[in-house]
Amino acid sequence: MKMNGARILLECLKKEGVDTVFGYPGGTVINIYNELFSFKEIHHILPRHEQAGTHAADGYARATGRVGVAIATSGPGATNTVTGIATAYMDSIPMVIITGQVPTALIGNDAFQEVDIIGITRSCTKHNFLVRDVKDLATIMKKAFYIARSGRPGPVLVDLPKDVQIAQTEFVYPDTVEIRSYKPNLEGHPRQVEKAVAMLLESRRPVIYVGGGVVLGNAADELTRLARNLAVPVTTTLMGLGSFPENDPLALGMLGMHGAYCANMAMTHSDLIVAVGARFDDRVTGKIATFAPSAKIIHIDVDPTSIKKNVRVDLPIVGDVKDVLDKMIKQLDKQKENAAGLVAALAPWHGEIDGWKSKHPIGYKQSSTVIKPQFVIQKLRELSDEDAILATDVGQHQMWAAQFFQFNKPRTLLSSGGLGTMGFGLPAAMGAQAAFPERQVIAICGDGGVQMNIQEIATLVQNRLPVKIVILNNNFLGMVRQWQELFFDKRYSQTCMELPIDFVKLAEAYGAKGFSTSKPAEVETVIKQAFKEKGPVIMEFKIAREEKVLPMVPAGASLNEMVLNA
Amino acid sequence: MQHTISVLVENEFGVLSRVASLFSGRGFNIDSLTVAPTNEDGLSRMTIVTRGDEQILEQITKQLNKLVDVLKVIDFSDGSAIEREMVLVKVTAEDENRAEVLRIVDIFRAKIIDVTPKSYTIEATGNPAKMDALLELLRPLGLKELVRTGAVAIGRGVKGWKG
Repeated sequence: MKMNGARILLECLKKEGVDTVFGYPGGTVINIYNELFSFKEIHHILPRHEQAGTHAADGYARATGRVGVAIATSGPGATNTVTGIATAYMDSIPMVIITGQVPTALIGNDAFQEVDIIGITRSCTKHNFLVRDVKDLATIMKKAFYIARSGRPGPVLVDLPKDVQIAQTEFVYPDTVEIRSYKPNLEGHPRQVEKAVAMLLESRRPVIYVGGGVVLGNAADELTRLARNLAVPVTTTLMGLGSFPENDPLALGMLGMHGAYCANMAMTHSDLIVAVGARFDDRVTGKIATFAPSAKIIHIDVDPTSIKKNVRVDLPIVGDVKDVLDKMIKQLDKQKENAAGLVAALAPWHGEIDGWKSKHPIGYKQSSTVIKPQFVIQKLRELSDEDAILATDVGQHQMWAAQFFQFNKPRTLLSSGGLGTMGFGLPAAMGAQAAFPERQVIAICGDGGVQMNIQEIATLVQNRLPVKIVILNNNFLGMVRQWQELFFDKRYSQTCMELPIDFVKLAEAYGAKGFSTSKPAEVETVIKQAFKEKGPVIMEFKIAREEKVLPMVPAGASLNEMVLNA
Repeated sequence: MQHTISVLVENEFGVLSRVASLFSGRGFNIDSLTVAPTNEDGLSRMTIVTRGDEQILEQITKQLNKLVDVLKVIDFSDGSAIEREMVLVKVTAEDENRAEVLRIVDIFRAKIIDVTPKSYTIEATGNPAKMDALLELLRPLGLKELVRTGAVAIGRGVKGWKG
């Protein structure tokens, strides 16, 4: 059937199973929007800024595991998506971003609203395409989705000039697409798996170190089974939280710069680290020269570039984490006696870990006069649904959420880890709510980050997305203030945002509900009231102003040199 | 340590830019770079001379392989390859120097491709080390202008890059 490029684009999205897109109209996408007007199979949500649109597509993808889709016009619309694209790139989130472009004849002429978005996003997309001929559009879209979701997922940008959207051709969607230069290795080598199992059975102080790859690879079940079969303790990065139930006795909690004492000590004193879907980021390793000095390292990852990039690895296994973990479990099933032997041999190691757990557990000093942020997080966990989804912004509140909320299921924490993008929380929650209208979705933000995409309250109200927004307000840019306190003599340069804002009035201005308190005794009541509301809500908690996130591994220090009290 | 890598890429719009951005974005060195189509449909071959230790080279190779348009990366650094480079150099040559230039050209089996009373333009081909040596000898005589193509490399024996 002959149709124009704009319609072909929408038909391609439909073929890929896309039911929701986040987009913002403009001159070079007006043809797409004309087709969208009568294309009932796709639900379109209009944000109030393209950055929020990409964060929403990102949040949608993190919550569902499906490819998030965003649309923006050329020029400023496209450049507004760059932060969202870079955020997704750093955390390996599958997304397809469609940008309009000036007509092909005008490309390179400094036309109105023209930017070289392909050039600009080259270093922050997994791949990108400029469609020069409408006959190539369907194949390019199929390739874009394939690249976005396969191997190590990532954002793919498709730049679509206006004349290509208008031009007509026969729509044929290819059944399969082969890219001869892109063939990710998904199957772990059986001999490497054998060696890994052997190393595990010989170890006496093993730790499984889990990253976002286990969530992206949908391998939480396999991970949990492997850890429990062998009674090996598990620590996760910020991105891996939820892939191993935190209420399990084997769970050590988050490791790294603001990780738990027991997790960092276990890593430092281990004799074997099994890294699964993690990349030994600088937030996790601390000083590399003194990182895990007596540990052998097994590194399981689908992306070979992550292996041996930062630390030496004794046994690399390239493959899909689900496949490799499954192979390991099957091998261990054939060696039940040895597995049982390991469980028994690990008793002293567990004793050592229990010692660390009781010596410096994650905690804080409660107060009856001022609201402690950690208390709010604990109350949120207590009063929220078991399958609630939590999106965070970036800063101290993000670390407190990671430390105190307790995540037991994958895809329940949506947080910008790699890029650390302020302004992510609210729109990401919006995307997750659009994916799961029936589930409870909570956005936790600081007073800084929430204002970066505050305009999205309008989107929440217009689209009846009942996100519950929690603002932990200390009138500071908290995390930077903490560094200024610890390392710069409390010289609070430009981190004090002392202007008092009436967030309740702000919510009401958009047609949402607002609650606010500064009293610890009212925290539970406010949360309960807010959760009862059927529409979007802001809950503002005026918290202690100079609270610190602890423990902390200062920059340049070893993982075991944590600041515990300050 | 210097390494010569050949990269087989899909001849897609922007692929050269992508590879160059990869090097600059990650702080890898490019000493020379050359690219041209191969005998295979849609495939181009880039030859890059870079510098770094073993760990850097491993990262470069892996990062290149990760690019969607890159089909294969060949590392020629173990000395099992033939490397060649072409040089066009304009040398000022007057009076006594003219004979010396001709002698050097003869020794290196190079060619004179342009001549004026005050200059010679020389074309030379050979492995990069030989080209360096030629230029060192010509330098005291007066190098007016120099153009190098950068090295290309091919493996020895009957096997091609496909095996």
